Amino acid sequence: MSDAQLHLGLFYTGVGGQYLWQEAGDFDHTTIDAYLSVAKTLERGLFDAFFLGEGLRVRENRGRILETDVAGRPDAITQLAALAGATEHIGLVATQNATYNFPADLARRLATLDVLSGGRAGWNVVTTDNAWTGANFRRGGWLPHERRYERAEQFVSAAKEIWAAERTVERHTDLVELSVTPTVPRTRPVVLQAGDSPGGRDLAARHADAVFSGNTEYPKALAYATDLRSRLAGYGRSPDSLRILPGASVVLGATDAEAQERAEWLRRELLTPRRAIGFLEQYWDKDLSAYDPDGPLPDVEPSSAELDPSRGTLTISDRTGKLDRIRQWRELAAEKNLSIRELVLQVQPTRHDFIGTPSRIADEWAHYVRTRAVDGFILGADRLPTGVEEIVDRLIPELQERGVYRTSYTGSTLREHLDLPTVD
Amino acid sequence: MALHLALETDGAGAHPAAWRFGDPANHLRPAAIRDVVLAAESAGFALATFADSPVPRAGAVGRLESVGRAAFVSTRTTAIGLAPAVPTATVEPFHLAAQIASLDHATRGRAAWVVTGTSPAALATVGLEEGPASEVVAAVRALWDSWEDDAVIKDVASGRYLDADKVHHVDFEGSSFTVKGPLITPRPPQGQPVVIADAGLALDADIALIPADEVGRARPDSLVFAELEVVLDTDVPAESRLAALDAAAEWGSSRTRYVGSAVGLVELLGELSSSVDGVLLHPAALAVDLPVLTRHVLPALDLAPRRPTLRETLGLPKPVNRFARAGL
Repeated sequence: MSDAQLHLGLFYTGVGGQYLWQEAGDFDHTTIDAYLSVAKTLERGLFDAFFLGEGLRVRENRGRILETDVAGRPDAITQLAALAGATEHIGLVATQNATYNFPADLARRLATLDVLSGGRAGWNVVTTDNAWTGANFRRGGWLPHERRYERAEQFVSAAKEIWAAERTVERHTDLVELSVTPTVPRTRPVVLQAGDSPGGRDLAARHADAVFSGNTEYPKALAYATDLRSRLAGYGRSPDSLRILPGASVVLGATDAEAQERAEWLRRELLTPRRAIGFLEQYWDKDLSAYDPDGPLPDVEPSSAELDPSRGTLTISDRTGKLDRIRQWRELAAEKNLSIRELVLQVQPTRHDFIGTPSRIADEWAHYVRTRAVDGFILGADRLPTGVEEIVDRLIPELQERGVYRTSYTGSTLREHLDLPTVD
Repeated sequence: MALHLALETDGAGAHPAAWRFGDPANHLRPAAIRDVVLAAESAGFALATFADSPVPRAGAVGRLESVGRAAFVSTRTTAIGLAPAVPTATVEPFHLAAQIASLDHATRGRAAWVVTGTSPAALATVGLEEGPASEVVAAVRALWDSWEDDAVIKDVASGRYLDADKVHHVDFEGSSFTVKGPLITPRPPQGQPVVIADAGLALDADIALIPADEVGRARPDSLVFAELEVVLDTDVPAESRLAALDAAAEWGSSRTRYVGSAVGLVELLGELSSSVDGVLLHPAALAVDLPVLTRHVLPALDLAPRRPTLRETLGLPKPVNRFARAGL
């Protein structure tokens, strides 16, 4: 194959506000059958990998379990081991954080998954630092924010040494303490990294086989790829030793106009009245259930406390400046005469990255991969199983026609699927 | 009385030299792991256990982590209980609870947890000191109850996927750790997966394991399974097989051991069935002893029938959720 090849993964978070559970019929996102059926559809579509998110705490709204979103999911590695026994080709990637796991324990679980799946395991390394999440763990909230990546670097480096399985591995620092003789024979799961900060990029350049980035728009994707490949040289790595796979959401239609309509419909359906109020409650930090989602913004003043992380991890930029943001929203709502729901639709970061006919999106993606802005995408899904079936049945054939997507699996391991250099 | 039989499936067998008498890495092959459990399932075993430790087994050539092994066979089996051994000290209680709950979902109610203690070498893998195992069991059990069975309501009219009144913080406080809860995983199909522990650990277990030569002591709080090592006659007498194994490596075990014919084992298990609920067999070499068990021992026994969930097979009722009970 002379042409650049696109690599695809599916990110099955299993929980959250992005799922349209209201129309899912009998499809229960949380059962083993649901996971199995999606994984098998992906194998039919010759996907590189099936990604699972990590659960560390059930999301809340002001101290109460969040009622509006799909919740409840399995332990990622346990579920992937179950899928390893029922699938043949697809890579199985577990998101696991480097804060609330023990390095020797996690390295051993991943090595086990790699052996059980015949070399199809991957680890999407993430970090966490908030005490709210940490309240479920022995060492809750122990890691200062600025040391997350220092810990992650030591964690991943220890894991790689454990996987090499040549001798007893020792680490005695203030961030990682272990002494372990590996029990699993030499193995090497694929390491993915998702962080986008300079610390995250350096961790990726040093240790990752692939990155799950947030830079999906073409100019950003290209700039990110250029930056990351230049960092690789600093660690003595070739520019082709890292796959760049931004997250992406897709809405297909028979015509571009129909796809746009579906995307808009999905955005509105996903933002139920209760979710719109819940979104504002997170910022106001007050009970707003008495307000009409189709009426004006709440006239009460928000609390002065900064945003709490209980609806999911917050990016640094969302941790401060809450009151300024609310002031801007009030101005915007007044200027355009927006209701609560209309305002939230405008400001909520949920959006679809690629909207159009399969043919249009295949053209776009072929351009992305031929100009090396990306090596592929990790797709999200708001409707299961139909969203995945549509992509496999309608978009994949278009990509194959353009010569940018495999027509059969040629390797057996995730590393081979991703066309990565072997590790010595 | 009908008996429950459990099979220890770890490695090449219970004898530390078992791997020397075949392909030494066979027990690390996914297909071999699956075949042992499938053979046990079709023979009628109620339960397969997966011994484990984060520390290498003396003299052996490696070992995969137990929850992974059990999960790997979960979707290929339909009747046998799957019981990975997980130490209390080297895993986060929250992760442990989610792992066993996930196994219970993947098997539709056939998961169990063999609670194991730990050693200084195991603790060194995580840089922790050991706390009371009873606290970890209590935290895990509380987390399994943190979702009530009917917490997911999917009420389209009100936009509520969950009923927040039925998903609970557990606020567990132990001497060295706390867990807020709820678990990320909905309540397991069995409510509480089956907890198995050595009787000597005195834990809140559903099955207490005792040495086969200590049967007869009353233990009213749980089912009782006797542990028994077995070395069986094949074309080669069991005594000679054992001598060959012992010549290769010393079997430094204190478990009760049966060495002899299949007929004699059937007789012994028949006797045990009057004083215990089940027997956990540790075959010296799985490749040799398991076929003898499946062909000549299990067919001759009065085994309790298997039912859809492991608790049902064992005659254990599904426990009432503590939060529902409390009406919290």
